[in-house]
Amino acid sequence: MQVGKQQTANVFSFHGGIHPPENKAQSLQLPLGRPSLPNELILPLGQHIGQSSRPLVKVGDKVLKGETIAINNGFLSSFLHAPTSGTIAAIEERLIAHPSGLSDLCIILSPDGNETWTTLEPLNNWQDISKTDVLAYLSEMGIIGMGGAGFPTQVKLQGAHKNPLTHFIINAAECEPYITADDMLIREKTLELVLGIEILQHLVEADNIVIGIEDNKPTAIAALKSVLTERNSKIQIAVVPTKYPSGGEKQLIQLLTGKEVPSGQYPADIGVLCQNVGTCVAVHDAVTLGKPLISRFTTLTGDALKNPQNVEVLLGTPVAHLLEYADSEPKKLSRLIMGGPMMGYTLDSAVVPIVKTSNCILAASKKELPPPAPEQACIRCGMCEQACPASLLPQQLLWFSKSQEFEKAEHHNLFDCIECGACSYVCPSSIPLVQYYRHSKSSIREAREANVKSDLAKQRFEARKARQDAEAAEKEAKRLARQKATSDKATDKKKAAPAKPAPTAAAAPVTSDESKKLKVDIAIGKSKLKKLQKQLLEAQENEHVEEINSLQLQVTDQEKTIASLEEQLAQIPSAAPAAPVANTAKASPAPVSDELKKAKVDVALIGVKLKKLQKQLIETPDDQELKDKISAFETDLKAAQDTVSKLSENTQASTSTSTAAAEPKASISDELKKLKIDAAIAKAAVKKVEKALKKAEEINAPEIDAIRQQLKEAQQRADELEKALANPEATAPKAVPAQAKPATNLDADAIKKRKIDLAIAKAGVKKAEKNIQLLKEQGKDEAEINASEWPSKLKEAQDKLAALEKDQAAETSTPSVAKEASAPAATTNIDADAAKKRKIDLAIAKAGIKKAEKNIQLLKDQSKDESEIEASEWPKKLIEAQQKLAALEANESAPAATPTPASSPAEKTANSTADSEAKVEPEMDLATQIKKEKIAVALAKAQINKLNKRLENSPEDANSIRQEIGAAEKRLQSAETLLEKLIHSQTNMQENR
Amino acid sequence: MFTVLLAIGILVLLSLIFGAILGYANVRFHVEGDPIVDQIDALLPQTQCGQCGHPGCRPYAEAIANGEAINHCPPGGQVTIQALADLLDVEAVPLDGDHGTENAKRVAVIREDECIGCTKCIQACPVDAILGAAKQMHTVIADECTGCDLCVEPCPVDCIDMVEVGVTAKTWSWDKPQGIAATSLNIIATDRQAEVTH
Ligand code: SF4
Ligand code: SF4
Ligand code: SF4
Ligand code: SF4
Repeated sequence: MQVGKQQTANVFSFHGGIHPPENKAQSLQLPLGRPSLPNELILPLGQHIGQSSRPLVKVGDKVLKGETIAINNGFLSSFLHAPTSGTIAAIEERLIAHPSGLSDLCIILSPDGNETWTTLEPLNNWQDISKTDVLAYLSEMGIIGMGGAGFPTQVKLQGAHKNPLTHFIINAAECEPYITADDMLIREKTLELVLGIEILQHLVEADNIVIGIEDNKPTAIAALKSVLTERNSKIQIAVVPTKYPSGGEKQLIQLLTGKEVPSGQYPADIGVLCQNVGTCVAVHDAVTLGKPLISRFTTLTGDALKNPQNVEVLLGTPVAHLLEYADSEPKKLSRLIMGGPMMGYTLDSAVVPIVKTSNCILAASKKELPPPAPEQACIRCGMCEQACPASLLPQQLLWFSKSQEFEKAEHHNLFDCIECGACSYVCPSSIPLVQYYRHSKSSIREAREANVKSDLAKQRFEARKARQDAEAAEKEAKRLARQKATSDKATDKKKAAPAKPAPTAAAAPVTSDESKKLKVDIAIGKSKLKKLQKQLLEAQENEHVEEINSLQLQVTDQEKTIASLEEQLAQIPSAAPAAPVANTAKASPAPVSDELKKAKVDVALIGVKLKKLQKQLIETPDDQELKDKISAFETDLKAAQDTVSKLSENTQASTSTSTAAAEPKASISDELKKLKIDAAIAKAAVKKVEKALKKAEEINAPEIDAIRQQLKEAQQRADELEKALANPEATAPKAVPAQAKPATNLDADAIKKRKIDLAIAKAGVKKAEKNIQLLKEQGKDEAEINASEWPSKLKEAQDKLAALEKDQAAETSTPSVAKEASAPAATTNIDADAAKKRKIDLAIAKAGIKKAEKNIQLLKDQSKDESEIEASEWPKKLIEAQQKLAALEANESAPAATPTPASSPAEKTANSTADSEAKVEPEMDLATQIKKEKIAVALAKAQINKLNKRLENSPEDANSIRQEIGAAEKRLQSAETLLEKLIHSQTNMQENR
Repeated sequence: MFTVLLAIGILVLLSLIFGAILGYANVRFHVEGDPIVDQIDALLPQTQCGQCGHPGCRPYAEAIANGEAINHCPPGGQVTIQALADLLDVEAVPLDGDHGTENAKRVAVIREDECIGCTKCIQACPVDAILGAAKQMHTVIADECTGCDLCVEPCPVDCIDMVEVGVTAKTWSWDKPQGIAATSLNIIATDRQAEVTH
C-alpha cells in the first residue's frame, strides 16, 4: 500500500516566526550520557502547575527507587516519587529553578547508591480496564506535560473529551535553538514513543494522530518512519519547516490542522489534543513497565561546556552536578540559563535541581549570549508585528504595558501572547518586549486575585453587617416590647392608685404609710429594673454573653418583685388592721424570699432615712423633733431587722424541708449577697456615726451621749446583720446534700474554678519566690526582705496553694466529700463571675507589665540614661500596671479564700469576705493616688536633675532653664505636700479601722 | 403657512413619541441603587479598615460619589487612586499621607497560647476572619484576613501580630523592565559630546 503517503500529513503555515541560529549540532556530537548519582537529590514539591504536592514521608525515612514520596493535593496537582533509593535527609526550603530565584519546599533525598527498585506494578491490562482507572494510574505515576508548563497529564486528557477529537498531535517540533533533548529521546526511545502514543490514542480515540517534527531532525524522522512502517501504524508524521516557534502548541496545531485556536480558548475546544514526546514515553514507561516519572532527557549545552551533550538525568539532580559532568569552564561561563535562549530564564545559582519540565541547561559564554543592548524608544517599525506568531500588535501592547493601561492591553489580547520572544528578537530598538508583557500579565493576574479576595471580603463584610443589623432590630423589638409591658404595668398601677384611698379613710395612718412605702418600693424597684434593662441592652449590644444571662435573671427577678409589691399594694386597702410589714409578711406566706427581700429593702430605707436625720442632727444638735424622729426610725429599723432575721429563719426552714431545693437555694445565695451588702452598709453607718461622735466630742456638744447611743445601736445592727448573714450560709451545707443532682453540675464548675485557682496560686508562689530571689540578688539584707511584702505574699500564696491542693485531693479521692466541698463553692458561686473577670483583669495587667518592662528594656538597650528613661512614660506605666496587678491579686485572694472551708468555718469566711470587700476599695483608691503622687514627685525630681544637667552644659540659656527649674521645683513641692496629705489620710483610715 | 404648521405639528408629534419612549425606558430599565457608588465600591480594596475615615469601603465610596478626595485609601494605594481617577475622569493625585501609608500586604496572626479568649478581636474584625469563642483560644483564618489591623488594638493581652505575607514562587510576579535607560540616550558618540558641551 501507499505506506509513505499514509505517514505524511499536510502542512499549513502560521503568521510570523523567526529563524534564529539553531545551534543544535553541538549537543548532538556525543551519545546520550548518564551522569553519576549526586550526593543529594532536591525534589521540589511544586514541579507542576497547580497545588504543591503533599509529602508522604518523614525525615529519616528510607525509601526505595520509584516509591511515592508525595501525593497530589487537589485536582490540579501531581504525585512525586523517589528517583533512587536512599534516606530522606530533610524536607525544607531550597532554591528552585524559577525566574524569581526564590526557594520553595523540597524533599531532600540522600541516595544510598544501591538503586534498589521498589516493586513495580505495570498496568498490563490497560486495554481492558476503564479509561478512568488508567488516567488515575497515570496521575499516580506523577506524569505531567514535559514540554514546558507542566500541566498534569490526566487533567489534560480528561479535558480532551469536551469535544470529539479530530486530531491528536504529538509535539516533536522542538523549535527552540540549542535544545535537542526531544531529538535524542526520539532517536533513543523510538519504539517506546510509538507504544506510548498508542496507549494515549486508546485513551482519547482521536480521528487522526499526527507527529509534528521540524525538518532539522532527519535522523529522528528516519527512525520514527522505520518503526511506524514496521508496525504498520496509523500514526502520521508531519515534517514542518524549521521556523521558531513552530513548537508552540497553538502554532503547531495551526501548522498541522490549519485551524487557529480562538483567543481565550483551549485546543480541546476545537477538537485537538497535543502531547509532548517526552510525555508519551513517560506514559509508556508507566503503563507497561510500571516506572513512575523519575528521570528525563535534558540537553547540556553552551560554549562554557567542553562536552555538551544530552543526558538522561534523575529528577532532583543539582545543575552544578551536571555542569561538572559536562566539564564546564567556570571562566567562560557568563550566563546560566534554564531552558532555551528564547524562552528560558537566567539561573542565579547552580544549586537548583532539575525538575520534570527542565529540558535544557544552557551554559553560555559572553560571546554567545551578550548582555542585552540598552533599550531604545520604539520607532514603530512594525517588525515585531511581522514576527509575532500570535498575530498580536506587540508595539501597541508595549505602549499599554508601559503606561500600565492593563485593561487596554487585555483588549489587545495580551493573554494570547505565548511569550515566545520573537518580537524582542527582531526589535531594532532592543526593547525587552516580552518582559513588559510578563510584567503586565502578572500584574493583571495579581489584580484579578486581589479582586476575588476583595469580593469575598465584601461579601463577608456585608453578611456581617446584615447579621448585626438583624440582631440590633431584634433587640430593638424586644426592648419596645418590654417598654410596653412596663408602661402597661404603670397604667395598671395608676388605675389601682385612685381606688385605694377611699376605703382606707377610717384606717389608721399607718396603712397609708404602708402603702406609701410600698409605692416607694415599687418606684425604686422600677428604676432598678430600668437600670438593669439598660445594662442588659448594653450587654447585648456588646455581645457579652455571660453578663446577658445574669442580667436577664436579675431583670426577671426584679419584675417579679415589682409584681408582688404591686399585689400587696392592691391588698393593703382591704387589710383592716394597721399591721406592720412583718405581720403582713407572716399573714400571707407568699414566697418567703420575696418577703425577706422586701423586709430588707425596708431596713435599707429606714437606714437611709436614719442617716439623713443623723446628719441633720449634727448640724442642728438642739432639735428635739429630729431626735424624736430618729428614735422612732430606730425602733422601725429594729422591727424591720427582726423581720429580716425571722424571715431568714423561715427561709432556712423552708429550704431544709423542701427536697427540690433548687430555687430556694438560688434565693439563699441571693439573700446572702444582699445580706453581705447590708452588713457592709451597716458597717459604713457605724463608721459614720463614729466620725460624728468624734466631731461632737471636738465641739463638746451635749448630744454626745445620744450619738454614742446611736453608735451602739448601729454596731448592734451590724452585728445582727452579720449573724443573719452567717445563718443562711450555715443552712447551705444542709441544703446541698439534699439536692445531690443539681450539685454535680456545680461541682464541675467548681472543680474547674479550683484548678484555675490552683494554677494561679502556683504562679503566685513562683512570682513571690522570684521576687525574693531578686531582692537577695540585689544584696538586700534579710531584714529588708522581710520588711518587703514578698515573704508575706509568698506565704499567703503557699497557704492558698496548699488549701487548694487539699481541696483538689479531697475532691478527687471521695466523690461524697466533693459534694460537701461543693457547698461552700456553691455559696461562692455568685463570686464565680466576679472571679473570672478578675482573673482576666489579672492577665491584662500582667500583659501591661510585660509591655512596660519590654519598653524600658528597649530604652535601656538604646543606652538612654536613667533620667531619660525615668522621664519617659514607661516607668510610670510599669508602676501603675504593677499596682493594678497587686490590687487585683489582693482582690483575688479574698474570694479565693472563701472556697477553703477546711481551714475556716463558713461564718468567718463570710465575714472576712464582707470585710475585705468593704475595706479594700477605698484603701485601693487611696493607695493608687499615693503611688501616683509618688511617681509625680519622682518625675519632677528627674526633671530637675535633667534641667540642672542642661544648665551645666549650656550656660547661655541659663536664665530660661533656671526658670524652668523653678517651675519644676514648685511642682515638686506641691506634689510632695499632696503626697504627705494622702499618706496622712491613709494612716488615719487604717487607725479608724 | 401650512407647511410651517405642518412642520411644527410633526415636530410636536415626534417629541411626544420620543418623550413617551424615553419615559417608558426610564420605568422599564430603571436601575436600582446608585450605580456610580457601586462602581467606586468595586474599585476599593474592601479591606474595611476605616483608615479613610469612614466605617468601611462602601461609605467611602458614597463619600467619593459626593465629592470627597479619591486619595484617602492607603490599602488601595496608588493603583486604586489611578483606577478611581480613570473612572471618575479626574486627576490622579498622590496618596494622602494623613490617612496612612501604603504597606505590604499583611495578615493578622494570634499567638494562640497567650490568647485569653476575650472575643474582643472577633467583635473588631470586619470580615469575620477570626474564629473562637468566649474563654477559648482564637485564631485567624489567614485566607479571609484583609490585614486591616483593627483586631490588634482591642486585644487586652497584645497577642495579635501583623505579619507580612511573604512572596513565594507561586505568588511572585515579574518586575517591570528598567525602561529606556539613561545610558542609552547617549549611545551615539556625538550625542554624548553634545551632552557634555551643553
Ligand atoms: S512574545 Fe508575544 S507579542 Fe512577542 S512575538 Fe511572541 S507572541 Fe507575539
Ligand atoms: S519591533 Fe521594536 S521598534 Fe519596531 S515596532 Fe516593534 S517594538 Fe517598536
Ligand atoms: S481606607 Fe480603603 S480599605 Fe480601608 S475602609 Fe477606607 S476604602 Fe476601605
Ligand atoms: S483578622 Fe484582624 S487584621 Fe485580619 S481582617 Fe480581621 S480584624 Fe482585620
